[in-house]
Amino acid sequence: MLSLHSISKDYRTGAFGGATMTAVRDVSFDVGVGEVVSLIGESGSGKSTIGRMILRLASVTRGKVTFDGADISAYRGPALKEYYRDVQGVFQDPFSCYNPVFRADRVFAMIKEEYFPRVPREEWAEKIEAAVEAVRLNPGEVLGKYPHQLSGGQLQRLLIARALLLDIKLLVADEITSMLDASTRIDVLNLLADLKARGLGVLFITHDLSLGNYVSERTIVLRRGSIVEMGPTNLVFGNPLHPYTIKLLDSVPRLHEKWDVDAERPAEPAWAVEPLVEAEPGHFVAGYAA
Amino acid sequence: MALRVSDLTVHYRTLRGAVKALDGVTFEVGDGEILGLAGESGSGKSTLGKSLIRMDGRMRHVGGTVELDGKELPIGDDGAMNRFRYKEVSLIPQYAMSALNPTRKIGKMVADLLDSHGVRYKSVEEELGRRLDLVELPAEVLGKYPIELSGGMKQRMVMVISTLLDPSLLIADEVTSALDVSTQKAVATTLAGFRNRGFVKSMIFITHDISLTHQIADTIMVMYAGKLAEKAPADTVVRAPRHPYTKALINSLPEVGVQYAERKLAGIPGSPPSLLNPPAGCRFRDRCPLAFDKCGEQPPAVEVAPGHLVACCKA
Repeated sequence: MLSLHSISKDYRTGAFGGATMTAVRDVSFDVGVGEVVSLIGESGSGKSTIGRMILRLASVTRGKVTFDGADISAYRGPALKEYYRDVQGVFQDPFSCYNPVFRADRVFAMIKEEYFPRVPREEWAEKIEAAVEAVRLNPGEVLGKYPHQLSGGQLQRLLIARALLLDIKLLVADEITSMLDASTRIDVLNLLADLKARGLGVLFITHDLSLGNYVSERTIVLRRGSIVEMGPTNLVFGNPLHPYTIKLLDSVPRLHEKWDVDAERPAEPAWAVEPLVEAEPGHFVAGYAA
Repeated sequence: MALRVSDLTVHYRTLRGAVKALDGVTFEVGDGEILGLAGESGSGKSTLGKSLIRMDGRMRHVGGTVELDGKELPIGDDGAMNRFRYKEVSLIPQYAMSALNPTRKIGKMVADLLDSHGVRYKSVEEELGRRLDLVELPAEVLGKYPIELSGGMKQRMVMVISTLLDPSLLIADEVTSALDVSTQKAVATTLAGFRNRGFVKSMIFITHDISLTHQIADTIMVMYAGKLAEKAPADTVVRAPRHPYTKALINSLPEVGVQYAERKLAGIPGSPPSLLNPPAGCRFRDRCPLAFDKCGEQPPAVEVAPGHLVACCKA
């Protein structure tokens, strides 16, 4: 469905834009129908830049992004609007996505004005209720409320409901649970996993390895803009092969296992751009030598 | 006992009345103990941390006492607390990136800070050098501006500055939540190392992440809506929690190796009560699967096993 063909992103830096900084380097992967793919990386790994390029919020410097076979960079005006009917994003901070002066369900009104101007009011109300129920919220409890009366988890799920109204095919979820409490976070994750039964593809961008591990079928680990390891989640987490992935997994705090504090800390593996090698079926590792 | 907090109650003043953010919390922290303070947003964990060092303008000390090494801390009196701050009670702020003065060289800033607490820079200079060495920072950083340091370096610098005078109590409030996983591990283990070397006598490590706190804390205290829910040795909280809230919270945490398709985790339905007018009785009652009539009265924290306190009448 969505394919990235060795895309790169350069940012101009320096006082006069003379120097360039490569935030994303030759990244290729695809997301299929009804598939949850997690994109894991630390700060500065370019994970959000990739999400923004897919959403056309940032331009692609080299390479191309295709959706259902068509290059998305060519879309202008009405064609771009149609693209957003299929692809939507939800971001980290649900509190800043709402105008505190208006009721929270105002976010749905813009969708109606832009995409469904001719749908009668009753039918639209039903559609909203169905979408709100699809994200496991009780319409009576959340509709007509102001943002401060709702919890972060509820606001975040309303934004997902807003995306569902369009009957989208791909959701770019950029750190959507990092502002939520542990007890409500899991409901949003379960929701994402349930939505794939409706055929929704999800690109789940996160820095938290355990969350990525929980929801996704495929995992992509990024480091400084390039992919270091990619494959089915159970292979990447069960049999990590790149030293960087091994170090990341070693640093994750686990509930039932304590860190060995006295153990020699593995050194930060040296960084180099290496080609991806298929280590086992479907499991790609940068610079892997069998 | 290094720290003894009895029945501490702190309210926030708002236009609509007092928000009872901390409501009668009693606990102790022993010498050389790291207490992990866990809870969700609005549980009162940061309010507790702040009360022990500096209350902001909206906070009001309503009742209860705090005793550090046998001396009572005048926590409601901003001026009188100055004698204790930094020397006896110190704090590592959450955002190390913005904790350093950007217009001053770091060494100069440290000297100013020491000066304001009546300590001569020369008398601690040697120790400062040794501690920078310990966290693998070159001594040259003292001649640099904060902007010249990376995020991880600033975090380590702040840790060294906060503990320079060997405070009795160190409060670390969400110090790792803005960091990457690998830096997070380094910061957490460094903090534990400071305790092991005796730079700080005891520590309160505040975080929302139980799996992280479990890595370094000796005891974990779980708070809910301004009250203590459960306090027990770290392993007990994770392996055999007794309070229904702690149980539900532990069960909602995804771990590496747990996948949706194999084991679906459940969240806790509902949300915490408003602390403006909290309902009488147990504050977790509305979300609790075990709630019954008796939960209408506030359950006292009962010691169910040595060192294991639970505030629930079902436990």
